[in-house]
This record gives sequence, C-alpha cells and structure tokens, in this order.
Amino acid sequence: MAIDTATHSQKNFIIRLIESLGASILENLHAFGSFISFVLNALLWLFRPPFRLRLFFEQLYFVGNKSIFIIMLSGSFTGMVMAYQTYFGFKLISVDSLVGPVTALTLAKELAPVLTGLIVAGRAGAAMTAQIGSMKVTEQIDALEVMGINSVQYLAVPRIVAGTISVPMLSALFLFIGNVGSYIVGTKFLSIDEAIYLSKLGDFMFLGDIWQGLIKATFFGFLISCIGTYFGFNVTKGAEGVGKGTNLSVVWGMIMVLITDYFLTSFLIHIL
Amino acid sequence: MLTFENPAIRIQNLTKTFGDHTVLNKLSFDIPRGKITTILGFSGAGKSTLIKHILGLVQPTSGYISVLDRDLSSLKDVELREFRQSFGMLFQYAALFDSLNAIENVAFPLREFTKLSNEEIIKRCEDLLESVGLEPIAFQKIPSELSGGMRKRVGLARALSLQPDIMLYDEPTTGLDPITTHMVDNLIRSTSEKHKDREMTSVIISHDVKATLRISDFVAFLDRGNIVEYLPASEFAKSDNELVQEFVNL
Repeated sequence: MAIDTATHSQKNFIIRLIESLGASILENLHAFGSFISFVLNALLWLFRPPFRLRLFFEQLYFVGNKSIFIIMLSGSFTGMVMAYQTYFGFKLISVDSLVGPVTALTLAKELAPVLTGLIVAGRAGAAMTAQIGSMKVTEQIDALEVMGINSVQYLAVPRIVAGTISVPMLSALFLFIGNVGSYIVGTKFLSIDEAIYLSKLGDFMFLGDIWQGLIKATFFGFLISCIGTYFGFNVTKGAEGVGKGTNLSVVWGMIMVLITDYFLTSFLIHIL
Repeated sequence: MLTFENPAIRIQNLTKTFGDHTVLNKLSFDIPRGKITTILGFSGAGKSTLIKHILGLVQPTSGYISVLDRDLSSLKDVELREFRQSFGMLFQYAALFDSLNAIENVAFPLREFTKLSNEEIIKRCEDLLESVGLEPIAFQKIPSELSGGMRKRVGLARALSLQPDIMLYDEPTTGLDPITTHMVDNLIRSTSEKHKDREMTSVIISHDVKATLRISDFVAFLDRGNIVEYLPASEFAKSDNELVQEFVNL
C-alpha cells in the first residue's frame, strides 16, 4: 500500500514536471512569436509615411552622441589593457612585435562590436524600455492611438533606425580609440618600436576585418533597439512593471548580442 | 430602452469575448448627437472595452458599431486612424506627454494633422487653454509641475484642439478632491454647451453617480456586458432596476 502511494506520487511529480516544462516552452514560444510580429510590424511602418525625421535625429543624438564619452572611455582602456596582456604573453615567445595587429584584429572583429553592443544595451536599450514603458502605464501610448497616430511608428521606428545606425558608428569609434590606447601603451610604455608596430599593423590588418566588426555592430544595434522597444510596449503593472521590463530588456539585449555574435562570426568568417 | 433617430453612435448586438470570458454580451444601444451620455457601471462591467470598441481600437467578436454614420468594421486601418481624428478623449489621469509643456501638449495634434503655421498653432493653443480655465503662468510648465486639476484642463484642451465631433471622458474625476471634481464636472458641462452649435457628442465613463446625474443628459447602466438601464438623467434615480438602485444608493 505504502509502495503504491509512493509510486503514484512519483508519477504525479513527473507529470507536473512535464506540464510545467511544456507550459514554459509554450510561453517562451508565444513571447518569441510576439517579438517577431512586433519587429515585422515596425519594419512595415518604417516604409510608410509620415517619416518622422525630427524623432529620428533626437534618438540618434540620444543613442549615439550621448554614448560617445562612455564608448571612448571603455575603448581606450580596453585597447590599453589588451596591449599589456598581449605584450607579456607574446614576449615569452619573442613575438612582442605582433602586439599591434593582434590587439587591432581582436578589437575590430570582436571587442569593439561586442562591447559597444553590451554598453548600448545597458545604456540606451534600458532607457528605451523605461521611456516607452512609462508612457504605456500612464496611457500616453493610448493617447497617441486615440489621436490616430501609430504608436509603433512614432515610438519604435525612430529608435530602431537610430540604434541600427549609431551602434556601428560607436563601434568604429571604439575601434579607433582602442587602437590609439594600444599604440600609446605599446610604443610609449612597453618600448615596442613605433615603425615596427605600424608596419606589422599594415601587414596583418585588412579592410575585411573592419567590415566584419561593423556588420556585426549593425545587427547588434538593430537587435538591441528592437528588444528595448518591444519590452517597453509590453510593460504591465505600473512602476513595478517598468522596472521589470527594463531589467528584462538589458538581460535579453546582452544575451542576444553574445548569442548572435557567435552565429554572425561563423557566417562572416567565410564570406569576408 | 431609449432609441434615437440619427444617433452619433449606434451599437447593435456587440459581443466581445477574451478566451472563455465574455466582456460584452449582445449589447445594443444608441448614443444621441449633441448630448452628454454617461455610462455607469461596476468595475469590470465592460465600460473600458466598450470605449475601445467605439474608438475602433478593438475589433468586436460579433456585432455592429456605427459612429457618425460610418460602419467601423468597413474601415481600413489607415481610414480608421484618420477617422479617429473625429474623437477627442480625456483620459483618467490626462495622459499628457511628460516631455512636453502644457502648450506643446495641446499643440501636438495640431502639429501632426494640420498645416497651420507655428504662430497660428500657438495662438490657438493659448485660446484653448484659456477657454478651459488654465492660468497663462502654467502654459510653459511640464505635466509634473501641474496639479491634477490643471492636467485635466490641459488634457481637455488637447482633446478639443482638432474640434472633435465626439468627446470621450474616461472616469474624468477619479482621484481628484471634491472641489477639483466639481470644477472638472462644470468644465465638461460648459465644454458641451460651447460646442452645442456643431452638435458635439459627449460620452462619459464614470462611477460617480452624483456628478453623472448633475451633468448628463442621458445615463446608461452597464452590467456584465449589457446595458440594463438607459434613461434620461432626470429619471435615472427613479429607476426600478435593483442594480441601479443599489448603485445610486451606495
């Protein structure tokens, strides 16, 4: 009798486990479908008039200009630390003259786009969710719709376009500043010959490497702004919901940058 | 049940279900032109869903809605958006754009939908804000610097900026003190009077029985997705409907 009850409760536990797993999968599939539908809707409205250039430039200023300082700061220190780490590793095998190209290639292909993506996700992506989310809970989005203005076109499209354009620009800035930092540390503090540093850079670094990073950054910018605006539009339950949405936006923005980085790398490495 | 010839809004057999839950259940009624009609009801009765249907923001599961002689179901998305410019709406908490000051909030629809010059827009906004009783000193203030009553005034001025044919008020006095409540009620009445010549129709969603009876021409009572009573405001308190009596005497 006791064995029967134990087996029965074990079965119940397994069924409950499968049920909750299934429910979670369905919920996530539903959320993914809703995200894709949101992105397609935004893309559709991108090509429909009126084209709100003022809103686009406002967002370009917010996502791009306002991120310049933090990008320059992160870029310079990333380049400097890369030069240090590479130098002491390479010196062991007497290839310290390759510090320049190794740092530049790492920055161009990976660090500049990925770190720029992560910084923009944390700064601008979160702000997009918070701005749109607080408009949602205070009925400002409803007010737009009642006036006959499509809220996705008015709020999401300018942010998505601005994000897609400004992240590669910021990534290029990160790359440039990172290389300047690496050059200063390499030639001034680590005594690498300036001519060798530059000539090796010319030997190993190609335009395709820079393109690879810029293409990735463009995808990251698009993804981060889509995620930021999507979570903003899906905020519920007042101020608590805005906080939760912002948190989800940052987490998913960062995760998606890292995941898509792998797939983009494996694709771009073959074509560039 | 009251019926009107050539009503501003005609609703017939409107049903809306969300999953298994029926919010509006074969609801039929007319809202007359140029009058103030209030829809009363308990929370969850379906009032907000009804407003969304009137605005064409939600598609009915079945049934028919005609607004200003146009069948909403026959309108395409773009036509529906244009048609919404015939509506003005005062939201529960005014829903002002928090990055814009009072005058720019009122100017927003004018900048979006008219070709007026900046001077003409500013002039019209100042006139509108003055007409709803906002002091000129508050024109440049952003919503967070305005009191609840002031925000309602700005919200009303914004809603009136495109001279709507239908004004919707979503619980306009919720969360306001008695004096401001009285002020907002008077504002609704005086706005309706001012626009009487062009037969502007006002629809109010409310819980406030006292104010409703004071300012409305007609009152409808919504319960579990259907209109259970619909009378001129002067006769509403005398209704023999038990639910209405319970609501009126609360």
